Amino acid sequence: MYKIAVIGDWDSIYGFGALGLDTFPLTDPIEATKKLRELADNDYAVIYITESLASKIKAEVDRYRELRLPAIILIPGVSGNTGDGIMAVRKSVEQAVGSDILFGK
Amino acid sequence: MAATNVIPTRMELTRLKGKLLNARRGHKLLKDKRDELMRQFLILVRENMALREKVEEGIKAANKNFVLARSSMTEETVNAAFMAPKQEVSLEVGNQNVMSVNIPTFKYQTRTSDPNDIYSYGLAFTSSDLDDAVLSLSSVLPEMLKLAESEKSCQLMASEIEKTRRRVNALEHVMIPDMQESIKYISMKLDENERSSQIRLMKVKDMMLEEAHHYEEKAAARAADVS
Repeated sequence: MYKIAVIGDWDSIYGFGALGLDTFPLTDPIEATKKLRELADNDYAVIYITESLASKIKAEVDRYRELRLPAIILIPGVSGNTGDGIMAVRKSVEQAVGSDILFGK
Repeated sequence: MAATNVIPTRMELTRLKGKLLNARRGHKLLKDKRDELMRQFLILVRENMALREKVEEGIKAANKNFVLARSSMTEETVNAAFMAPKQEVSLEVGNQNVMSVNIPTFKYQTRTSDPNDIYSYGLAFTSSDLDDAVLSLSSVLPEMLKLAESEKSCQLMASEIEKTRRRVNALEHVMIPDMQESIKYISMKLDENERSSQIRLMKVKDMMLEEAHHYEEKAAARAADVS
């Protein structure tokens, strides 16, 4: 049985706790990196991470792109949408097609 | 140039021809695979983008509600409210094979089937805004999981497409031309050898005939007679 984790600043993620997801309120990039590795090694199939935190540990997040599990998904935090999540999708398109032909505005 | 460091023998030629045939077949297959992957990827990534926009919208709305809820409560109250969640979500991970890319599929299960179990707190100390916030967040959850699935699929397929494209290009622009050149080189070399041995034989035959019949001496004698 796999589980779902949410990482980010407390204000952005505490609500997910009520839904039954495991929340890990972290803002420090080093701690977040450690936690991410730990979660990825354990039975977490999906890890939601706030865009603001993910932008600080980009290399670590990108490391899991090509692995089957876990899926690391960026979500907007309480402070607003930085557009990083959309960028991640466009990055996939760019990787596959060579240039962003779908969403290039 | 690969052509310069092959041994020009008939065996090598046969081997190379077989290899070229294989490379051509592989190239065609990989090209088909790439095209099909690309087609599916484009469908998937459009879906992914739509889902992401929807989820981000949903989370934004939920966050708005949470901020509203927080404004009327202290941090301790909120903390206490979420201390012991009643609901628990677990995932079942399946596997789907799309053009030899293993894509995970997620199916979620809640520990209890009661939809009201997302409220892990008594209603006495918390504002109703919090209920709204939690409800709005829970309504995005199924979409969030779908997003996770489709985004992961997109990432995996993107990297697979990249790999396949590289292989196709390597075959098309390096391997196949190299082999063709080697084959050409070997067959020219073999032809050349054949011609040279043919000439040698003709020459030897000439020499042997000369020795047996002394044509040249006779011709010279005839020339002397005529004059």
